Amino acid sequence: MTKRFALGIFEDEDVLLHAVENVREAGVKIYEVFTPFPIHGIDDALGIERSRLPIAAFFFGLTGLSFALWMQIYMLGFDWPMIIGGKPHIALPAFIPVTFELTVLFCCHGMVITFYAISKLYPRWKTPVLDVRSTDDKFVMAIEVNENTDMNKLTQILRENGASEVNQKEMSKF
Amino acid sequence: MQHVSPVREPLVTGGKTYHDVTQDVCRQVEAAPNIRWMAALSVALLLLGVFFYSVYRTLWYGIGEWGLNKTIGWAWDITNFVWWVGIGHAGTLISAVLLLFRQKWRTSINRAAEAMTIFAVICAAMFPVLHMGRPWLAYWVFPLQNTFGSLWVNFNSPLLWDVFAISTYFTVSLVFWYTGLVPDFATIRDRAKGPIAKVAYSMLSMGWKGSAKHWSRYETVSLILAGVSTPLVLSVHTIVSMDFATSVVPGWHTTIFPPYFVAGAIFSGFAMVLTLMLITRVVFKLEDYITIEHIALMNKIMMVTGSIVGVAYITEFFIAWYSQVEYESYAFINRATGPYWWAYAAMMTCNVITPQLVWFRKVRYSIPLTFVLSIIVNIGMWFERFVIIVTSLHRDYLPSSWAMFSPTIIDVGIYVGTIGLFFTLFLLFAKFFPVINMAEVKSVLKYTVDNGPTYTGRDPHHAPQPVTTHGVPASAPVNYDKHD
Repeated sequence: MTKRFALGIFEDEDVLLHAVENVREAGVKIYEVFTPFPIHGIDDALGIERSRLPIAAFFFGLTGLSFALWMQIYMLGFDWPMIIGGKPHIALPAFIPVTFELTVLFCCHGMVITFYAISKLYPRWKTPVLDVRSTDDKFVMAIEVNENTDMNKLTQILRENGASEVNQKEMSKF
Repeated sequence: MQHVSPVREPLVTGGKTYHDVTQDVCRQVEAAPNIRWMAALSVALLLLGVFFYSVYRTLWYGIGEWGLNKTIGWAWDITNFVWWVGIGHAGTLISAVLLLFRQKWRTSINRAAEAMTIFAVICAAMFPVLHMGRPWLAYWVFPLQNTFGSLWVNFNSPLLWDVFAISTYFTVSLVFWYTGLVPDFATIRDRAKGPIAKVAYSMLSMGWKGSAKHWSRYETVSLILAGVSTPLVLSVHTIVSMDFATSVVPGWHTTIFPPYFVAGAIFSGFAMVLTLMLITRVVFKLEDYITIEHIALMNKIMMVTGSIVGVAYITEFFIAWYSQVEYESYAFINRATGPYWWAYAAMMTCNVITPQLVWFRKVRYSIPLTFVLSIIVNIGMWFERFVIIVTSLHRDYLPSSWAMFSPTIIDVGIYVGTIGLFFTLFLLFAKFFPVINMAEVKSVLKYTVDNGPTYTGRDPHHAPQPVTTHGVPASAPVNYDKHD
């Protein structure tokens, strides 16, 4: 399916931030904004919900913690109990370091894998982008358009809000 | 919107625009390798050859190739292991702890420092694995039942904690580093001309496009990774120190070991970061990004941690006397005046006296002095580990088994070889990966352009920088009051 986009190119992140607010106020739906670096405040301006990754990270950590405790208690406490250094079979203080490390291990890797999965980031042969300058020094606001869109009006809105260029681009599979 | 005091030092000098940052960092990735890089790589590969030869000798003839004896079962191998792990710690400190403390200056050095962490941990891991004697059975350290029954690994042993600590530390540092690299790979991908570079960087960048939603998640992930890496990095060297502290050997059985080791690790790590950065900034012409201010700030951290280490040395001595334990006090008198006094003297000079020179502003801001200092600190920290390990072991409770240690050529070869391994990896990284985090530097650029030129220098180091903007100025005329 081919999609058509109007691209507002901005030179500065602060100009973009105001433009995002104004364009949305004018009733235009922004498809996506592409920037070379994270811009603080743009989530609110675009209405992006706060990520729930921290919650996921917490539960991954909790899984690691439970797994580590279960593993050590089962192995040294029940499966093959041994007295080591005169300690009880289940010597909890001695189990803490491994428990901590596995909590961190599960938390980090679980969260990072979730991040790549939900963001659909995986190695690809080629990556089509709307404007190659958006990973360099330009801030690109993409608005999905069709035959019925009033391009002149849209261009005017973008121009008024500080866009240095307004382009159109068609993309299949985007 | 950030509020920055106008008297702050600029983070990036030279009035760079966003495009300049991309150009300056991508330049060496895109250009053909230069002769200096080739020369450096040749030396590193030569040392790597020494490493492979020494490893071959160790594996073919066994651990007898090393200078170990019945009394001193741990010597250069564990010294080198602790030394390399310690060096690695500075990378995590810069990327995680400084992120939590919102120290924006870390943005120009975190990428290379994290790379250093990863390569240092790889070098460190070589030693315990080779010391096993049969490295092909290295998986026995993981909780797998043994071949004869159902005996598990010993979770009470600090050596096993080390396995978990180091492997967690390595993999977490690796994903932290890689996730930070993804947006920069995307920048290189979008600039790439050659077909191989296009595919390679497209693969590496995982289809990153820089959409606002992805950036939002990316920031969340970075923050949480920093949050968990901070206790992780402290735990790693704590556990390394417990390899010694939980034993009953005089000189090792000390409760101050964990904080003392962590401070020492950061101390040596920052020394190594300084060594690498001072070379990198010149070779790749990145003086505007890794500025003299960065060097001064790192010097300050080195001074603080070096002083902590100095206090720890003195505390150990005091406790050896104050505890009235005969063996403990002998261990320390033997360290300072016994047959290894020279190692002890080297450690004290390099680690206690040299960092105090950084109190002088002239030293802190001098590139040649900092370079020499950073090398001295690394030598000193190697001697610290040697002193702790060998002088404690060589004369313990039973005088009849007292012995001396001398390294063989293979011991030296493996150590020098890991330096080759480290520099081979680092040079490859510096050529093919962006050595500076472009995205993060761009995000702190305004910190400079708006505030830098207003600063009026008070000494020749801080002559006001002329604002030269190439092409479009990074900060277009914007009414800041409107948003604030």
